[in-house]
Amino acid sequence: MERRRAGYEDVVVAVPVSIPYVRYSTRGAHWFVARALRALLEGSGLGKADLEGLCLSSFTLAPDTAVGVTQHLGLSLRWLDHIPMGGASAIVALRRALRAVASGDAAIVACVAADTNHVDTFRATLGSFSQFARDAVYPYGSGGPNASFAFLTAYYMRVFGARREDFGKLCIAQRENALRYAHALFKMPLTIQEYLNARPIAEPLRLFDCVMPCAGAEAFLVMSRARAQDLGVSFANVLATIERHNSFPEDPIQMRGGWLLDREELFAQAGVVRRDIDFLQTYDDYPVISAMQMEDLGFCGKGEAPQFIREHSLTTDGTFPVNTSGGQLSVGQAGAAGGFLGMTEAIRQVTGAAQGTAVANARIGLVSGFGMINYDRGLCCGAAILAGPKA
Amino acid sequence: MSETPGRPKRKNPLLRTRVPLLPPRGRSRVALGLTAAAALGRFELQVCPECGTVQYPPREACHRCLSLDLVWQAQSGEGELISETVLHHSHDLYFRDRMPWRLGMVRLDCGPTLLAHLHCGVAVAPCRVRIVARLDKAGQAALIAVSGRFDICEGAAEMADDIHLREMTCDPRCRKVLVTDGKTALGQALTRAFVAAGADIVWAGCAEPWKRSAGLEEVERLEAVTVVPLDVTNGDSVKSLGAALGAKVDILINNAEVHRPYGIAARYGTEAARSEMDVNYLGLLRLAQEFGPVMRARGADGYSSATAWVNLLSVYALSSFPTHGTYSASKAAAYSLAQCLRAEMQSAGVRVVNVFPGPLDDEWNQELPPPKMSAQALAKAIVKGLQDGVEDLFPGEVAQEWLARWLEDPKILERELAIGR
Ligand SMILES: [Zn+2]
Repeated sequence: MERRRAGYEDVVVAVPVSIPYVRYSTRGAHWFVARALRALLEGSGLGKADLEGLCLSSFTLAPDTAVGVTQHLGLSLRWLDHIPMGGASAIVALRRALRAVASGDAAIVACVAADTNHVDTFRATLGSFSQFARDAVYPYGSGGPNASFAFLTAYYMRVFGARREDFGKLCIAQRENALRYAHALFKMPLTIQEYLNARPIAEPLRLFDCVMPCAGAEAFLVMSRARAQDLGVSFANVLATIERHNSFPEDPIQMRGGWLLDREELFAQAGVVRRDIDFLQTYDDYPVISAMQMEDLGFCGKGEAPQFIREHSLTTDGTFPVNTSGGQLSVGQAGAAGGFLGMTEAIRQVTGAAQGTAVANARIGLVSGFGMINYDRGLCCGAAILAGPKA
Repeated sequence: MSETPGRPKRKNPLLRTRVPLLPPRGRSRVALGLTAAAALGRFELQVCPECGTVQYPPREACHRCLSLDLVWQAQSGEGELISETVLHHSHDLYFRDRMPWRLGMVRLDCGPTLLAHLHCGVAVAPCRVRIVARLDKAGQAALIAVSGRFDICEGAAEMADDIHLREMTCDPRCRKVLVTDGKTALGQALTRAFVAAGADIVWAGCAEPWKRSAGLEEVERLEAVTVVPLDVTNGDSVKSLGAALGAKVDILINNAEVHRPYGIAARYGTEAARSEMDVNYLGLLRLAQEFGPVMRARGADGYSSATAWVNLLSVYALSSFPTHGTYSASKAAAYSLAQCLRAEMQSAGVRVVNVFPGPLDDEWNQELPPPKMSAQALAKAIVKGLQDGVEDLFPGEVAQEWLARWLEDPKILERELAIGR
């Protein structure tokens, strides 16, 4: 029997919030959560008591979890979730919140990702990231995902003939997008020479292949269509979503992600085809993983992303706009908020609120998530297709 | 990355001695199985007896069938280097001091993919490699991919010429060695073996330097060898040698021992036992107090840092051999103290190597049947153990057999030894 999942007809996403990023902050993660919540309330006209649910993602709350945050910020909730899935957090949070609202378990759910970045935060987080990382990665000097993505990139280049220039084109296009996005931490254009000659980090990766950790927050609200109309806020419809974890564990090295298993279901449920997609937000902590998402979501075949990148212009005014706010590579990676960056930007795009980065006539966008290098590969994959009122 | 092994430059004495930093030490308990095997120079992975899956990283259950009864089994380490990187940046202070650093992903023929250090002799990916397990400077297992072409030597020569991986072994090459008793047949054999292995200086301790044996005088004619006065039963003697040499010794070989046969009933009184304890146990304590702190301070002192402290123990330290009962007791005491010393030296990255030989072919084991180990064979095994980076060394067939029996069931071994087997 063909499996058919319920749709999201009566539930919407609204009030995308991006708290400006800073390279370092002396504030705690709770400060960024509070600031995001406040912005959600101001943007919606809701009161704090109207929030019935919270779906929180953060790496730097320790020793707290979302539970501690309820008391810390005086939130009395009837629905609470903590999503420790890094770059897939926004997709997964969205999925959980949509069902909570549709079922009536919570009328309004705030999805928030927030992280601080002290001078030593990143290093401290690495040592306790996962058991496998502590046992089998950190002792090799490769704290953090740099080495893991260096392996993937080197392998991908060797097997599929990708060139540094291909990844460079993607990074430069994102930087161009970022120059039109007010919150981006990188404010200068990037040239191909600068990209190619940047200092090496973990060969073949160089400086501009790697995200810069920073502090910040991203958030949005999930509520019923009726409630959104009542509040008078712009909202986006969710056409379809997917998620997968630890797909293809037998692959010797990660060359594909869980999107591949569900992509046909994703487009079928959304009732759209690839060419209907006006922009793509990938999870882009390194360019190779953006290439993999283009392939596994079906915009091109396996190993064809380099050619796809060569054939398209990827800026907001291009033939295939990617990471329209500049992505993490040019905006910064505010911990778990990095997983939300594409989602808030996509909501702004389809609701006509993207301002400088607006893709002309953007109606339908695809947001992809990827997260958690537990040992040698990212384990969480997800995607969502959003549509604006004009779609 | 692959600096040629040539002679290290003489250290500028005005430069600050590097603070001993260690690679990350934290491991889950289940991952320590890898360390336990590496301490014996073995590369073992978890194997599921139910479905045959070999897995890595170590887990609490089989990731295929969820069986909880996993066993650690020796692996050939054969596999393919599928991707590699050179790190130019690390968040870890130990590695930050040692950039650039080459790492690889290795797909073992038996299934799992491993992250490993790459030896400088390994070709560009893809290529065949072999994984070996070594103890890193923190005393924890680290996996190293070496070129598959090296199939004879267990890592010694190939490891020695990699400037980074030299830290994971204790190669005597270009190092200064103190042998605490140079007078015995073993002491002479050790002295010669270290000279042959490329040590810069070997100091041979002699309790009564005015009474040299013919053998020692011959050894002393070797250019690198100097005989020094050292009586490990005399606190002042140990102290004054410590003051003179402590800051120079890179490898200390504590081979001074007293061995008298018999257990309790066959030798009345405590005199023999007292002299065994005075040398075998208290001698170690005296040495550790005078040489330990200064060797700890030099644990990260560049290419020729203080690197190892070797104790000559005995398989009898694990379980008493009743016909050599008081000797067994003194070695058990020394073993326990050596574990304490190991814990104290570990924070400085100085490895305490315990050697557990079976009976030596010497005057005190005349009544035992062969096989007995010659002084030359034991000396060679100790040098190789240091080159291989082993922490617990069971040289020779007898020692290996005792180890296997002891690991299988210490109680059964005790019963067997009680009836003299
Ligand atoms: Zn199994």
